[in-house]
Amino acid sequence: MEKITLNIDGKEITGEDGMTILEVARGAGIDIPTLCYHEKLEPYGVCRLCLVEIGTPPRTRLVTSCVYPAADGLVVKTRSERVIQTRKMLLELLLARAPGAKIIKDLAEEYGVTKARLRKTATFCILCGLCVRYCAEIKKADAIGFIGRGIEREVMFIPEIATESCPPCRECFPLCPTGVLESNFRLVQSLLFKK
Amino acid sequence: MVTDNSEADVKKINHILAGYKGESNLLIQVLLEIQKELRWLPKEGLIRISQELNVPLRQVYHAVTFYKAFSLVPKGKYTVTVCVGTACHVRGSPRILDRVEQTLGINSGDTTPDFKFSLETVNCLGCCAMGPVMVVGDVYHGKLSLDQVRRILDSYD
Amino acid sequence: MPKLKSALELEELREGIVSKRDPSRLCFTVCSGTACLAIGSQPTFAAFEKELEKQGLKDRVDLKPTGCPGFCEQGPIVVVYPQEICYLHVQPEDVAEIISQSMKGQIVERLLYVDPVTGKATSRESDIPFYLYQKRLILGNNRLIDATKIEDYIALGGYKALPKALFDMTPEQVLAEIEKANLRGRGGGGFPTARKWKSTRDAPGEPKYVIVNCDEGDPGAFMNRALMEGNPHSVLEGLTIGAYAMGSHEGFIYVRQEYPLAAENIAIAIKQAEDYGLLGKNILGSGFDFIVKVHKGAGAFISGESSALMNAIEGKVGEPRPKYIHTAEKGLWDKPSCLNNVETWADVPFIINNGAEWFASIGTEGSKGTKIFSLVGKVNNTGLVEVPLGTSLRDIIYRIGGGVSGNKKFKAVQTGGPSGGCIPEQYLDSPVDFDELTKLGAMMGSGGMIVTDEDTCMVDFAKYFVHFLSEESCGKCVPCREGISHMLDILTRITEGKGQATDVQLLEDLARMLKEASLCALGQTAANPVLTTLRYFRPEYDAHINEKRCPAGVCKDLIAFYIEPDKCQACLICARNCPVDAINGGKNLIHVIDQSRCIKCGTCFDVCPPRFGAIKKISGEPVPALILEQDRVIQRKS
Ligand SMILES: Cc1cc2nc3c(=O)[nH]c(=O)nc-3n(C[C@H](O)[C@H](O)[C@H](O)COP(=O)(O)O)c2cc1C
Ligand code: SF4
Ligand code: SF4
Ligand code: FES
Ligand code: FES
Repeated sequence: MEKITLNIDGKEITGEDGMTILEVARGAGIDIPTLCYHEKLEPYGVCRLCLVEIGTPPRTRLVTSCVYPAADGLVVKTRSERVIQTRKMLLELLLARAPGAKIIKDLAEEYGVTKARLRKTATFCILCGLCVRYCAEIKKADAIGFIGRGIEREVMFIPEIATESCPPCRECFPLCPTGVLESNFRLVQSLLFKK
Repeated sequence: MVTDNSEADVKKINHILAGYKGESNLLIQVLLEIQKELRWLPKEGLIRISQELNVPLRQVYHAVTFYKAFSLVPKGKYTVTVCVGTACHVRGSPRILDRVEQTLGINSGDTTPDFKFSLETVNCLGCCAMGPVMVVGDVYHGKLSLDQVRRILDSYD
Repeated sequence: MPKLKSALELEELREGIVSKRDPSRLCFTVCSGTACLAIGSQPTFAAFEKELEKQGLKDRVDLKPTGCPGFCEQGPIVVVYPQEICYLHVQPEDVAEIISQSMKGQIVERLLYVDPVTGKATSRESDIPFYLYQKRLILGNNRLIDATKIEDYIALGGYKALPKALFDMTPEQVLAEIEKANLRGRGGGGFPTARKWKSTRDAPGEPKYVIVNCDEGDPGAFMNRALMEGNPHSVLEGLTIGAYAMGSHEGFIYVRQEYPLAAENIAIAIKQAEDYGLLGKNILGSGFDFIVKVHKGAGAFISGESSALMNAIEGKVGEPRPKYIHTAEKGLWDKPSCLNNVETWADVPFIINNGAEWFASIGTEGSKGTKIFSLVGKVNNTGLVEVPLGTSLRDIIYRIGGGVSGNKKFKAVQTGGPSGGCIPEQYLDSPVDFDELTKLGAMMGSGGMIVTDEDTCMVDFAKYFVHFLSEESCGKCVPCREGISHMLDILTRITEGKGQATDVQLLEDLARMLKEASLCALGQTAANPVLTTLRYFRPEYDAHINEKRCPAGVCKDLIAFYIEPDKCQACLICARNCPVDAINGGKNLIHVIDQSRCIKCGTCFDVCPPRFGAIKKISGEPVPALILEQDRVIQRKS
């Protein structure tokens, strides 16, 4: 593996070719918040919290560090003003959707998001897809999936498969950042599986 | 008017599927074909599709709930499609849709209890110059005015 | 039909076809595009068939169903050649007269185009102002071709560029020509086509794919439909040349299922091209192989985005991939894949035939060639408009489009579809090209152009697009899914009169976040309709928020319909038409609207005879008190 050197938040950090920005940063102990990232799974890039600013002014842009391939000489800012502004608004959105989730509350506090300006749409699932991807990629059971489009998108246990596969496994439950998965499973179990 | 012909439906599905064994990349094309033939996608059919094409059921469920063309409930004899695309919108399609909903007594996405009409909306049919446009079955009605709606719908039996 | 084995055989075929055609022979063409079919061109066509049979003329004159010339509002359109006499709104009962007059070399005056201002009739199609100021390169052949007959395309010089590329040019030379022409993608982004082709060509990995994007999800746009239905071979020819340049041997055409006729015609075209050996193995004996498959969309705007479209072709759900590597390098099945819009591909044969310099001489500095726009909404001449890039909005809307319909006042033109923006009057002289409209906060996009007038509420219009996007977002990433839905929430409450003073700020914050954080261009541009209306029509937002008033009289919760007692003539028309019987009237009784039952459908407003004009829209002020029962009787002079 070829060594590469990035400039992250003003420090020279080395990594290996083929790594993402997030992997290089975390390797050096630089903290970037993530919700949909899991080191065993394919990067999914949907929570967008891991955004960082790359390039040198005036030509900079925001990219998701969990997907963006690290490259030699890349200049990265993980906490620029632009990054923080964007993360704050993202946290407002997440807070409206999963008001009770500890990890989101903590991040909101860290970033100083206090006012609740948005209507609560509490569905608790933030659609990070960790459960779906874990089940498909690691367990290869495909017992849980997404349905719908846009705001109607949801996570659903596939009854034909989940009835068999889920009760003895339950491995995805602890991955859920909001904890909603387990309660949803219980609900579905009482409604569906008993039949 | 809707009869329980699920057995016949499954037969038709099997017939269509026969040509596509293991062709997982044709999932959407196959779903379209079945939707066109049966005008809906029965659940047993989805399971068969998943097995025959070798696509996880998870993906089949996602596809059928993602795309507008698919229906998981039986459709009425005629599908009434009101265009709500931009060109039709500025020419009054919201009011046309209201009027159709009132006339049929159902909301968009639903089917009348006698299974005569299903009401849908579409975002542009490419005949914007004729807007507002409504399609009943496969007949297009362009430059529609509010008072034509009932007359057109009444002409179907 | 025998497969053609060389360029020479193709030329012989062409000569054979042309020599059998007599250009002075009488020919009736009937537009058979979706829009004309919608308004009844089939019965008109059938009437021609029947009448020609009846008059025993079947062998002496030609009858041809053709593609959409783009003047759809005037359909069904019939053009009589060789004089090129254009008849509009032709009904079956007009057909006998058209035939008999044409046989005598006469014209049926009453079916000609009449200028609404001067009252002058125009007989020749190309003299009609709608066409006169256009430059029809790509669309031009639509009205001359029966799309189901490859011979029609060949007779007009079709498939000339293909052998030129295959035999006289190397793939590098083809690429260089496209580069020199400075062709930019017609699908919305305006990306330099040659650069994309080069990436695909140079990217490691085999096979390579070329793809036509005919998803045309932009509601209100139909230029791709017209081309695909009307002249599918021009797209196929361009695609084949591109495949040759990139070293691809397999192509896909992605067509939305809402365009059944386009899908049908392209399938026929592929079959015919294969039969002639213009597709398939060893094309024209050149040694180059290329096949094309059709893939239908299933109704999702987002599936027109490049990585989403590739997912869809792979049989997956058509949502975008979170990748930073271009699909040109890793696309379909992770192989190099070049996706271009229908119109981009159709430009290619023109460039190869006429040369890059010719192409680059049309248009502006940064935007070359012509572009088809779909001019719709509140404009007199709706339809497809092909003009050199750089033509001003004013020329398109007024010179070609004939101005705003119904003597209303122009308010804004919306360009670029749901990712675009609304441009107000003061910028109408801006040239339309990739860069200028972006400066105004809008976008040229794929060519949708929707004209709105004083009756359009700009807040409601912005809400319309945001609602569209809330349904069409794939829902994968947080900013787009959640951000758009909150925007819709806020706009909805503003139009309901529940807006708050802080709402505009919140909209702007959401807009910035959408642009910065969204995964794909749908989310990144989703706020444009909101931002442009805020920028140019801020007073309308303020009226809704502060005064609870909708200046255009559109937002149902902020308006009321009221019958002015001194104008009502008790004609009963409104009462009869009200769908919920909310109008209390009677003979010689001034009508009144029961506000508690009124659903604000506006029917009464529309049907009240203009000479009375008794119904008024009220917004931002209370509805006047009911008139006293004893004052309701109208005293008429006898
Ligand atoms: C949400 C979304 C929808 C799109 N829809 C279309 C479409 O319907 N047709 C199209 O040609 N391009 C569409 N595009 C643009 C394509 O991603 C792609 O850029 C284009 O097809 C490339 O062709 P071009 O270079 O010839 O313009 C869409 C993009 C987005 C983000
Ligand atoms: S249930 Fe939990 S893990 Fe699964 S998508 Fe939702 S938030 Fe993520
Ligand atoms: S920006 Fe919108 S459409 Fe694009 S990936 Fe995100 S949710 Fe899907
Ligand atoms: S962790 Fe990168 S987008 Fe969620
Ligand atoms: S907007 Fe209705 S047909 Fe295009």
